[in-house]
Amino acid sequence: MTRILILGATSAIAQAYARRRAAQGTSFVLAGRHAERLAAVGADLKACGAAGAESFVADLAASDEIESHVKGLRARFGAPDEVIIAYGVLGEQARGEQDLSHARAVIEANFTSAALWVLTLLKDKPEAAQLTLVGIGSVAGDRGRASNFLYGSAKAAFDRLLEGLQQKYAGSSVRIVRVKPGFVDTPMTAAIENKGGPLWASPDRVAADIERAVTNGRRVIYTPWFWWVIMMIIRHLPWFIFRRLKI
Amino acid sequence: MREVSSWGRLRRAPHDVVRPAFLDEAVAAARTPGGPFLGYGLGRSYGDVCLNEGGRLIVTDALDHIISFDRERGLLRAEAGLSFDRLLRVTVPRGWFAPVVPGTKFVTLGGAVANDVHGKNHEHAGTFGAHVTALGLIRSSGEMLTLTPDDNVELFAATIGGLGLTGLIAWVELQLAPIRSALFETETFALADLADFFRRAEESRTWTHTVAWIDCLATGAATGRGFFTRGRHAEEGGLTVHKPARLNVPFDAPGILLNAHTIGMFNALYRRRPFVLGEKRMHYDPFLFPLDAVAHWNRLYGRRGFFQHQSAVPMASAFDALRQLLALTAEFGEGSFLVVLKLFGDEPSPGLLSFPLPGATLALDFPNKGESTRRLLNRMAEVVVAAGGRLYPAKDATMSAAAFHAGYPNWRKLEAQRDPAIMSDFWRRVTAEAA
Repeated sequence: MTRILILGATSAIAQAYARRRAAQGTSFVLAGRHAERLAAVGADLKACGAAGAESFVADLAASDEIESHVKGLRARFGAPDEVIIAYGVLGEQARGEQDLSHARAVIEANFTSAALWVLTLLKDKPEAAQLTLVGIGSVAGDRGRASNFLYGSAKAAFDRLLEGLQQKYAGSSVRIVRVKPGFVDTPMTAAIENKGGPLWASPDRVAADIERAVTNGRRVIYTPWFWWVIMMIIRHLPWFIFRRLKI
Repeated sequence: MREVSSWGRLRRAPHDVVRPAFLDEAVAAARTPGGPFLGYGLGRSYGDVCLNEGGRLIVTDALDHIISFDRERGLLRAEAGLSFDRLLRVTVPRGWFAPVVPGTKFVTLGGAVANDVHGKNHEHAGTFGAHVTALGLIRSSGEMLTLTPDDNVELFAATIGGLGLTGLIAWVELQLAPIRSALFETETFALADLADFFRRAEESRTWTHTVAWIDCLATGAATGRGFFTRGRHAEEGGLTVHKPARLNVPFDAPGILLNAHTIGMFNALYRRRPFVLGEKRMHYDPFLFPLDAVAHWNRLYGRRGFFQHQSAVPMASAFDALRQLLALTAEFGEGSFLVVLKLFGDEPSPGLLSFPLPGATLALDFPNKGESTRRLLNRMAEVVVAAGGRLYPAKDATMSAAAFHAGYPNWRKLEAQRDPAIMSDFWRRVTAEAA
């Protein structure tokens, strides 16, 4: 039986992914801040066929507590076979440029704490134990843009960390999947005006792509796939064009 | 403000939209002051029953957690935003089916309660509300009430078919129906006329599911020509769930595509389908939800959208009323893509304002051609009221306050139970003259 630890289990993408895996009799440890919401997610997964769903209530972005959380998780639930890092905050770009504590919160949530979770999980891992790590990044990390470089840079840093770990653990018992979703219709993006249209994907669409990537052992995926094309173009736009774009 | 439409796409109305993902957020949204609000599920009602123009909408589609599922007894409790689409994916492999389903899977449990929906098995199972064992209702005071058929009886009856006006429906508990197979056994017959429909319906009483498709072009003696289909859950054939839709209408069809000629052609072709008659075994998906095969089929009606007329008339006056309604449709000359006719059973609905009544129900679509279409719908409503019948709020965009009051004499009781912070465009329209 597969044991999956989900960091940020109340996120829309994490829920959609867990529901897909639940049908296969998987057992879950659901980590997040809200006990009541984690319980709602867990009850749903059990109704869909999960073998078990336990809650782990914690502020995942609090970097200082990560080591003790990992110890606590190991003691209570044993070692997971798969870990999804799905929490994060979009933040407000303009506010972060003025209010440094906000900028810091965005970076801490999306990069610092996420990086420390991964490092801590790998640090004392028994050599032989198989572990799949799935990091949810963002296409926003592929090129720094005026409209959201705070969030984007934190996601980019996280992506680089995972990329480095992929090289380190190549051919070993650790597998790492880097996921780069585009626009996803979730509560995180609720504040974005004029949401909708062909570029927006449902959390379930993204979850289906993640499931396929995990099954097929992909190293990095853009989801939906067309974001690979879009980001390829954006990454390669010459500066004299890029500087004029309002993106 | 975000623009929101109902399924008929007659207008885009600006709303202040919130979309809670968990029940605590839904409670917070309901108790937020600032003008009347309305719950909105997947927007499959056709007219204005799900709209609250210029006001707040609490969109519930992310509130779709299953709270508990007793696989032995088939008792399921879930948040009100759960769709039949997801419900069936979870329950069918375990041998349970929703006791009543509307003609599309993309309806939430909350919407099914609020409109007390019916299905092809009405004669046997009654309305959806008849299978609801308990409800959670969030009032704008922030209170979460638990309603059952035995406690809080009046508020329970007002909430079933209560058009979402008694509170924000938070969760629904319902008794599922056991199945042995995901397949249906079906039989289809040609109908020569309206009398033939009533004959077939009478001799099909032992079949759980029945429905007829009527050719709207047939006039005079041939009025009521079409097909009659009956079905029941098969005893074997596996418990496979449905697949996602394969076809999609990605954008509005040009209005010119849908006119008297194309609709006539569609009806003529539909009638001549060679493979339709006889006995068949088919999956529940094409049998119960044929239109779900094409995502966004409502865009076929173009930018101006479309109307639907669905009425129920008592058995005693059904034959004459149906003939008049079909004659009006034929005379109008715009035709209708799909005309659906079926009988309702005698089972009383638990709701105060439930639509079904013992008799017959007829549903037709009309592309929106402006005033002329509205005039037709008004004349049809007059026929229905004269026959002692009523129109279905979930489908309606035009009925007058008078037609509503005639069809739903209990409406003042619902008004008395309405949460003062909740309002819909439909309710404003049909209560305006009396207020």
